[in-house]
Amino acid sequence: MSKKLIELKNISKSFGNTMVLDELNLYIRENEFVTLLGPSGCGKTTILRIIGGFETPDVGSVFFDGKDITKLPPNRRQLNTVFQKYALFTHMTIAENIAFGLRIRKKDNEYIREKIKYALDLVNLPGYEDRMPDSLSGGQQQRIAIARAIVNEPKVLLLDEPLGALDLKLRQEMQYELIRLKNELGITFIYVTHDQEEALTMSDTIVVMNQGYIQQIGTPESIYNEPTNAFVADFIGESNIIDGIMLEDRLVSIGGKSFECVDTGFEKNEPVDVVIRPEDVELGPVEGGQTTGVVTSIIFKGVHYEIQIESAIGITFMAQTTLNFPAGSHVGISVIPDNFQIMHKPQSEDEEILNIEDYPQGQPL
Amino acid sequence: MIAKWLGKVYIGIVMVFLYAPIAVLIALSFNASKSRVLWTGFTFRWYRTLFGSSAIMKAFGTTLALALLSAATASLIGLFAALGIYSMRKSGRRVMLFFTNIPLLNADIVTGIALMLWFVRFLPLGFSSILLAHVTFNIPYVILCILPKLETMDIRQFEAARDLGATTLYAFLRIMLPGLMPGILAGFFMAVTMSMDDFVITYFTKGPGVNTLSTLIYGEIRKGIKPEMYALSSVLFLLVLIILIAVNILTGSKEDKYITKNKEIG
Ligand SMILES: Nc1ncnc2c1ncn2[C@@H]1O[C@H](COP(=O)(O)OP(=O)(O)OP(=O)(O)O)[C@@H](O)[C@H]1O
Ligand SMILES: [Mg+2]
Repeated sequence: MSKKLIELKNISKSFGNTMVLDELNLYIRENEFVTLLGPSGCGKTTILRIIGGFETPDVGSVFFDGKDITKLPPNRRQLNTVFQKYALFTHMTIAENIAFGLRIRKKDNEYIREKIKYALDLVNLPGYEDRMPDSLSGGQQQRIAIARAIVNEPKVLLLDEPLGALDLKLRQEMQYELIRLKNELGITFIYVTHDQEEALTMSDTIVVMNQGYIQQIGTPESIYNEPTNAFVADFIGESNIIDGIMLEDRLVSIGGKSFECVDTGFEKNEPVDVVIRPEDVELGPVEGGQTTGVVTSIIFKGVHYEIQIESAIGITFMAQTTLNFPAGSHVGISVIPDNFQIMHKPQSEDEEILNIEDYPQGQPL
Repeated sequence: MIAKWLGKVYIGIVMVFLYAPIAVLIALSFNASKSRVLWTGFTFRWYRTLFGSSAIMKAFGTTLALALLSAATASLIGLFAALGIYSMRKSGRRVMLFFTNIPLLNADIVTGIALMLWFVRFLPLGFSSILLAHVTFNIPYVILCILPKLETMDIRQFEAARDLGATTLYAFLRIMLPGLMPGILAGFFMAVTMSMDDFVITYFTKGPGVNTLSTLIYGEIRKGIKPEMYALSSVLFLLVLIILIAVNILTGSKEDKYITKNKEIG
């Protein structure tokens, strides 16, 4: 297990009257690819800016390699940032942009020229040395921003939605490139996105956030398969989140009908949230199903169909399947016990937002 | 069609009212006779006496030195002031801008007398007191030229430079200053023209024996208008015109370059 490279301890930050981060704790291991994932305005950029040195936390400390760097100015931190809005130097050519950090480090011209070429090849923009940033498209500018950061070979790279302006194909290419970079150069990545698919594809560890609180930390698999609450389940991929009652261990009642599941440790007759992934809702002939329903809509999504079913137990299910069930047809619905995720209901509004302290940090690696 | 035609006539009339007096002035400066109404032939005589007069030449030098020195000093102070105001909170900024605007709107005569009273107490009136006065009234113009540039500036570029290892100073010089330069230049030239333009404040803060062109002309006119003064006024006008054109080329050429650069690529 590699050592903790960055540690945020007990960080709180407000802007005016709005509390953005509240007693946040997080650590990042060396050579880990950590993704901060959450809806707009949840404080992702603020965390990156605190790590980068552009904001000081009101309370709490930032540690880098065991040293307290909370008060260290950005230019003396061994990390580089790819900013959400690119922030290229508009009055300099692309080459000058990329060379900026290297010139400060007093590298010789030969080295700088090679680095620029290497970086431009890497981001798939060879020959762009003499162009001005304004003459580039948003996606191209974003890639230059990545190139400008990585030529400095920082220990840690902070990336704030660096692929947001790219089309799907280019985004996938860049995702592979970034992962390759991480493996080749041994850089630690702290990556911000609100695209859950991107987070699942690239990360070693995902940190799911909502309104300044960490909801869950874990591997992509554990976050997807075992979300700790309805927010995470809803945010990571589409889900059926259904009210249910836990009758006893391994038995949950939905809409008055009992289903077998694998969860234990709930109170008798405790109201719970039941999460079922759309791809786990199996459709078939009416006779074989645990319950039945009528297809109300079907949308073609490329790899699969997305189907809405009004079920006999009064619940609307969303299902994903490669089979075509025309609207109006009657179907049988089944879900195997493993695919029910049972969660405690939040006790109050406040608990809807879960503090990190409620969840021991189980970052694998 | 008629509207277009009317528009042209309107602009023509405005132009005539604005520039006819200056045209007449320039014409008279070449008139051989001293008369203000009769044209008796073309001459350079008034220009010759003008450039031959040591008093006028000295005043010209003083004016130029004052303009350049006061504009340069005011640009520097104004730059720092603008940076300070920019980094203030909203309320503080409003108060500072209010105080910045007072000297702009204040009647020159009030500023002039106030400065004179102040200077008399501490230093002999002369070149340095005029210089101080000019710096004082030039600073607000510079601030007002730089502040908008600061406000539209992308502060993230500054942060990116810091992120890449630049110290605050280096990031300022490499990233902020180039963006502010058009504003600073505009402020500088504005200050130059304001300084050359000024009569009232200079009149009150100058000591005996020191003259700028405007105070000299005023003194001469009291003794009766001589044609040299037409020539001098024409030269002044030409000078300001040259500065204006220079500013236009300076600030305009950059944009042109930028556009062609974009065109080449696009
Ligand atoms: N300088 C600031 N002054 C005031 N409020 C701020 C400032 N910076 C951020 N905030 C507020 O803090 C909250 C979190 O902002 P942040 O930029 O960290 O969100 P984010 O998770 O990065 O969102 P997005 O996905 O839209 O980029 C928002 O409510 C935002 O309005
Ligand atoms: Mg953000």
